[in-house]
Amino acid sequence: MTATTIAHEIPGLAEATHEGPAPKRIVTGYGFWIFLLSDMVMFSCFFAAYAVLLGQTAGGPSGADLFNLRNVAIETICLLLSSFACGMASIAAEVRNHFWFQVSMAVTCVLGLAFLTIEFREFADLVARGAGPSRSAFLSAFFTLVGCHGLHVSGGTLWLLTMMAQVFAKGFRADILRRLLCFALFWHALDIIWVAVFSVVYLLGSAV
Amino acid sequence: MFGKLTWAAIPFDQPIPLAAGAVVLVVILAVLVWVVVAGHLPYIWREWITSVDHKRIGVMYTLLACVMLLRGFSDAIMMRAQQAVAFQSNGFLPPEHYNQIFSAHGTIMIFFVAMPFVIGLMNLVVPLQLGVRDVAFPTLNSVGFWLTATGALLVNVSLVVGEFARTGWLPYPPLSELNYSPGVGVDYYLWSLEISGVGTLVAGINLVTTVLKIRTKGMTYMRMPMFCWTTLASNLLIIAAFPILTATLAMLILDRYLGFHFFTNEAGGNVMMFMNLIWAWGHPEVYILVLPAFGIFSEVVSTFSGKPLFGYRSMVLATMAICVISFMVWLHHFFTMGAGPNVNAIFGIASMIIAVPTGVKIYNWLFTMFAGRIRFTTPMMWSIGFMVTFILGGLTGVLVAVPPADFLLHNSLFLVAHFHNVIIGGVLFGAFAGYTYWFPKAFGFRLHEGWGEAAFWLWLIGFYVAFMPLYTVGFLGMTRRMQHYDVAAWKPWLDIASIGAGLILAGIICQIVQLVVSIRNRAALRDLTGDPWDGRSLEWATASPPPVFNFAFMPDVTGEDAYWAMKRRVRQEGAKEPDYKPIEMPRNSPTGFVCAFFATSVGFALIWHIWWIAILGLIGAYATFVVFAWRDHDEYEIPADEVARLDRANLAARRELLTAAGSL
Repeated sequence: MTATTIAHEIPGLAEATHEGPAPKRIVTGYGFWIFLLSDMVMFSCFFAAYAVLLGQTAGGPSGADLFNLRNVAIETICLLLSSFACGMASIAAEVRNHFWFQVSMAVTCVLGLAFLTIEFREFADLVARGAGPSRSAFLSAFFTLVGCHGLHVSGGTLWLLTMMAQVFAKGFRADILRRLLCFALFWHALDIIWVAVFSVVYLLGSAV
Repeated sequence: MFGKLTWAAIPFDQPIPLAAGAVVLVVILAVLVWVVVAGHLPYIWREWITSVDHKRIGVMYTLLACVMLLRGFSDAIMMRAQQAVAFQSNGFLPPEHYNQIFSAHGTIMIFFVAMPFVIGLMNLVVPLQLGVRDVAFPTLNSVGFWLTATGALLVNVSLVVGEFARTGWLPYPPLSELNYSPGVGVDYYLWSLEISGVGTLVAGINLVTTVLKIRTKGMTYMRMPMFCWTTLASNLLIIAAFPILTATLAMLILDRYLGFHFFTNEAGGNVMMFMNLIWAWGHPEVYILVLPAFGIFSEVVSTFSGKPLFGYRSMVLATMAICVISFMVWLHHFFTMGAGPNVNAIFGIASMIIAVPTGVKIYNWLFTMFAGRIRFTTPMMWSIGFMVTFILGGLTGVLVAVPPADFLLHNSLFLVAHFHNVIIGGVLFGAFAGYTYWFPKAFGFRLHEGWGEAAFWLWLIGFYVAFMPLYTVGFLGMTRRMQHYDVAAWKPWLDIASIGAGLILAGIICQIVQLVVSIRNRAALRDLTGDPWDGRSLEWATASPPPVFNFAFMPDVTGEDAYWAMKRRVRQEGAKEPDYKPIEMPRNSPTGFVCAFFATSVGFALIWHIWWIAILGLIGAYATFVVFAWRDHDEYEIPADEVARLDRANLAARRELLTAAGSL
């Protein structure tokens, strides 16, 4: 049966032939994209909770009283630069350059850790000022949303170090390259979520 | 050292859970001892526990579901017995125990019976129907199963260590907050579902990627069997809905463990946010369960009517329509909680609209049967029983979708009767149809027909006797979850309902007998060809049970009902010997099992506040993944000779059948 007759049988359905299973790299990347989407659904719940509870300060401090936008700007720069470094690591892996791969990953890691340090200090400072997560529903939602992103970055850093060790020990094997692809997707997705956190939590939040 | 865990956690003063727990423990120990003594341990470790074969994992999911069905049903029969005797008396179950029983019943039946049953069948069948060798992520598949098993284990541990939640199958705050539920019951619930929820999400990602990216040559979307379509829709819903459950339960965990204020009464917490979030997961969940069942009925009805599925494309559209609309109806679970008439009206109308695609499906099945040569086998009987029962349940659903009616029926036994009507009549009947239909594919022999039919009739009649009276007492004003009552008019109906539960018990016993009898008579029930029902889709194109690689060569699909077309072509042209090639398959891995071990430790430790075990468990889980990632050979090769030997044996049996059929 030729393609034209099939297309005739099923009008309007362009994809009338199918070549069989996709190659592994496509399958892995695709599956990981779906995981990232589910992760974004989870984040969206925390965003929704934050939006609902934004005004529920229970007589305690509000976003305008607490947020230090200069700090947040530095955090944002760290994370965006780390995404750039992560992109450089992907290119280095593409051309199989061990040295630049490890350097770029190390830079990614340092910037990620810098981000986490600033965030941790912000949290510690808030708790010390009596504005911890159990102070009000607003602060519960704030700590959960931002903390969830922070936990993702921490987990990502652990993954990053594991990938550095793995490439060092085993080289650019096909399965390791697939994992690197997933790691890069994960790291960039965290950036996207941070952009939303920055806008919704800090910018909109400090207006209230 | 051991957090909140002391000897006081063991309920020595409560004979029922202690005796039940002891019996279960003895049975488990006896099985373990038998396995070890008889020398089966290496076999079970090699072929099942560490298996990454989608068929084995599917069977283990289904087995888990069947075992948990017994647990969930024993809760059910205790509730029906309690309500039959608790007229102006306290019955035999004290309130705190009764509350745990209805909470555990719902939790277990949804999360550890219905979910693993449908996921098990999807795992077993979908790669075979797509004509491929495995799912997209075989090892992850094993991890998903073992995490589900971890959740089930933790729920059952609560029977003897501590207590289970008394807050219903969905832990509504503020009752589920620390102030009102200080015990570990709610924590058992939360951690079990967080862990098994991750397992379900993994299964969902895996199956969606499989359906979208791993299909054999020529298997375009519009040629996929209906079950693959419903699998796709159901798993898309899992991906979109389960993260909501994870996030919502995480918020409740933070409230309980760290004093956050998401859903508390004080400091600005918002209880209604929990209702909205939990039902934004909860309503799609209903369709996650029932869509695969719809797929099973489509396969069964088409096979046993000897006809292609009527209105295939409308069926696809209806499935995807349900997939989308299921996210737009969640508010009908709390019409009475003050959203106002306009909002209620919108969600009421959306809830009625979603009945339309379901109606389309019913007509499609009826027209598939119309003028077909129907064979009344057990799977077909479950399907017909489903159609009658599910229409009734669907109609009562449309009734409670009318907000004014819902104000009267909310939280009454009418509602309980309605959702049992759709879940037993839809999901469970579908699961049983699928179990009987695909059993020969999984094990190489059919189930005994007589016992299967007896089980069907007992279940069907038992269902009506048990739940029609609940509609009535619902109208008489009886609310759900009552430990005792003083209204004389309810008593006779509840007596009848308990008889219905007894009939269902007889049905379950028939199913157990059916399994035993079938195993003993397996020689007579053997499926030699791999195609016991004269099937239409590709799972019947390989041997029963299929070899580990499923297909010696990947089938080339040219239209709908791929295997039916192949059979016709072979009859006309004769079969050609294919050119056998070696096949690469993924190697087994204990990663899933080891992960589940650590997940169980972490879960148990968090429930009892034993922080050091929780930290050790997390480190262990990370180490497991690193070890897995470090291995050098993840595949092994099956030589062409071996592939040829296995395939020739099956082809010879098929040829014999075709010759025996004579003129065909």
